[in-house]
Amino acid sequence: MTGALLSVWFLATFGVSWFARDLQALTLLGFPFPFFMAAQGALLIYLLLVGFYAWRMGKLDKKYGVGEDA
Amino acid sequence: MSGQSQFSSQLKRYYSLYTGGVIGFIVLLSILEQMGVPNQTLGYIFLGVTVSLYAGIGILSKTSDVSEYYVAGRRIPAMFNGMATAADWMSAASFIGLAGTLYISGYDGLAFVMGWTGGYCLVALFLAPYLRKFGQYTVPDFLGARYGGDGPRMIGVFAAILCSFTYVIAQIYGLGLIVSRFTGLDFGVGVFVGLGSILFCSFLGGMRAVTWTQVSQYVILLVAYMIPVIWLSVKHTGNPVPQIAYGYVLEQVTAREKVLNDANTPDGAREAEVRKILKQRQTDAEARLLALDAGGKDYLTTERTLLEKKLAALRERHAADADIAIAEQALYAFPQTVAAAKSVWRAEVEADRLKSTPIAAHAEAYAGPDEATRDNKRKNFLALVFCLMVGTAALPHILMRFYTTTSVKEARLSVFWSLLFISLLYLTAPALAVLAKYDVYTLLVGSSFSELPSWVSAWEAVDKALMNVSDINRDGIVQLAEVTIGGDLIVLATPEIAGLPYVVTALVAAGGLAAALSTADGLMLTIANALSHDVYYKMIDPKAPTGRRLAISKGLLLVVAVCAAYVTSLKPGDILFMVGAAFSLAGSAFFPALVLGIFWKRANKAGAIAGMIGGLSVCMLYMYITYPFFGVNAPLWWDINPISAGIFGIPVGFAAVILGSMFSRPPGAKVRALVDYVRYPNMTGDEGRGVS
Repeated sequence: MTGALLSVWFLATFGVSWFARDLQALTLLGFPFPFFMAAQGALLIYLLLVGFYAWRMGKLDKKYGVGEDA
Repeated sequence: MSGQSQFSSQLKRYYSLYTGGVIGFIVLLSILEQMGVPNQTLGYIFLGVTVSLYAGIGILSKTSDVSEYYVAGRRIPAMFNGMATAADWMSAASFIGLAGTLYISGYDGLAFVMGWTGGYCLVALFLAPYLRKFGQYTVPDFLGARYGGDGPRMIGVFAAILCSFTYVIAQIYGLGLIVSRFTGLDFGVGVFVGLGSILFCSFLGGMRAVTWTQVSQYVILLVAYMIPVIWLSVKHTGNPVPQIAYGYVLEQVTAREKVLNDANTPDGAREAEVRKILKQRQTDAEARLLALDAGGKDYLTTERTLLEKKLAALRERHAADADIAIAEQALYAFPQTVAAAKSVWRAEVEADRLKSTPIAAHAEAYAGPDEATRDNKRKNFLALVFCLMVGTAALPHILMRFYTTTSVKEARLSVFWSLLFISLLYLTAPALAVLAKYDVYTLLVGSSFSELPSWVSAWEAVDKALMNVSDINRDGIVQLAEVTIGGDLIVLATPEIAGLPYVVTALVAAGGLAAALSTADGLMLTIANALSHDVYYKMIDPKAPTGRRLAISKGLLLVVAVCAAYVTSLKPGDILFMVGAAFSLAGSAFFPALVLGIFWKRANKAGAIAGMIGGLSVCMLYMYITYPFFGVNAPLWWDINPISAGIFGIPVGFAAVILGSMFSRPPGAKVRALVDYVRYPNMTGDEGRGVS
């Protein structure tokens, strides 16, 4: 799971930035797409990643009986 | 557990009341402003009340218990720890510098937005929960226990102090700037006033006081950041959510940029005219530099005589006053020595070159005249993002915060809350930059010089390098190329640019102060803890009684503060570079050893030492040979700017840890047990704890 989350992180950050010039023509809410991604999209994705990780790890800990209060 | 939740709901009640109080206070002050209380007084009230508030919280939470002092008793609820981390995190650079950088460099500045938030993914996935499980007091603590012996701990302490100190200087600098601007005190005095309030808080209550102060500082800095942006957003788009609304404004800014860059429109033609004059000035300055290289001192004397003659001739034939004033000014500003002339003219060439090129489109990624420039920009953008992210995940004062939560689960949640609270501001900064740019493009550009708004002259009086508008082509109308705005004043001046009441300006200043103070608090505490806990208690005198440990920590805090203030008063310059450097240094020194220490059982002492020293020295070496301040000016490696030195340091660190570990004996059973202990939340047992 860490690997999957990490690849989402990598794509959202470096993938989009690398191709930023090629994606310039797309627009979203009036923003050029790469600008939106770097200014807002990436942040929201990070937030989701961290939130999902916290929630999922909590559940996994419980399931396998390694949680603190298990 | 129920005690904990009661504690938590009590806190929520306190801080809701507190937030209400802050808003009430702002309303009260705006009423005072309507009644005609002078601006200076309002500024004083604002800064005075907020600073004494922080000090008050510091007094209330004073403590002499070790666990309370170092890790706030490990009972900070996730959400509040998130707020405190956010305040700890958002420094003067985030609050003042970020929107300014975005204003000036558009898309390319977004590297900071991404780098400073994306790093939290690394913190969440690789570090925070495991460090919390380990459950000691500092980051070098972990290195010491995991790798054994004083070697790794000592290097950890050194690196922690190095990057925290670099970082804290930048904060105190920002502090001095705000205090001296809004109270009229001298910069040096401003530094010491700000420092006093930092000390007051961390001195009395350590981590506990700092945590609760930081939570309250977060509330103030967020409110201060939001109010002007929301106001502007409503004014321009009628939409109170600036993060969504500014897409529309960005379109208009882009359209306006096209007009100003197009010499066929009336506005664009005037811009082109100014740019031509600036280009001419640049060529002149370049020619003077060449002549100076050839002629040396004699050339300067000849030039000076020429200027004197010109002035005399003007006076002779009673030329216009304005012309005489210009000639006098030129003579007055003429550099005295060869060295001074060189630096002044070089700066002139650089400034004119920047302003004589067409404006770069705000929303365009890696704007540049040719493919090579663009590629270079892209490379540096990615390198910077990488260094900032890894640095985020390795800064000791941030990692230390995750020792304060109640459990591993809370530590994970707490990263989420931190990122949420940080994002609130970081999502807004790009909006602020665009809205401010729109105002400058539409309100300032095209207005007449006889009706310049008062904030222009007010800021010009503070520093000509930060704000300057001069009628270069003498047509009486402001062109964009005639305006110089320093990035650092964008946030502070936005309320004035948009014509909002002075209360908002004072509020923003108080917010900046809160940001600088909160980060400085956390950093100072990290430095003092590293010295007193890791060096004194763990290495010099392990039997030291608690009282003495705390006393030493507090004493060291004082010493560190005085050193930091002294270095700051020398004005070593460039805040952004210092902050970036701190990230690169932290990333290279800590990240490889920490991550491999948690996830790779085979990593051992020799590897850790090699990795930390290797990473750190490559990083420092690259900065030393390429950053102009040190005067070596070696060629860049693959065109990477010195701020991203970590891009070389981090891989070297990883490689060195791995190689070092492979070529020496694997760690003992005790260490492997510690790794297991750290990895699984429910493991208890003495084999893990026993090492510490």
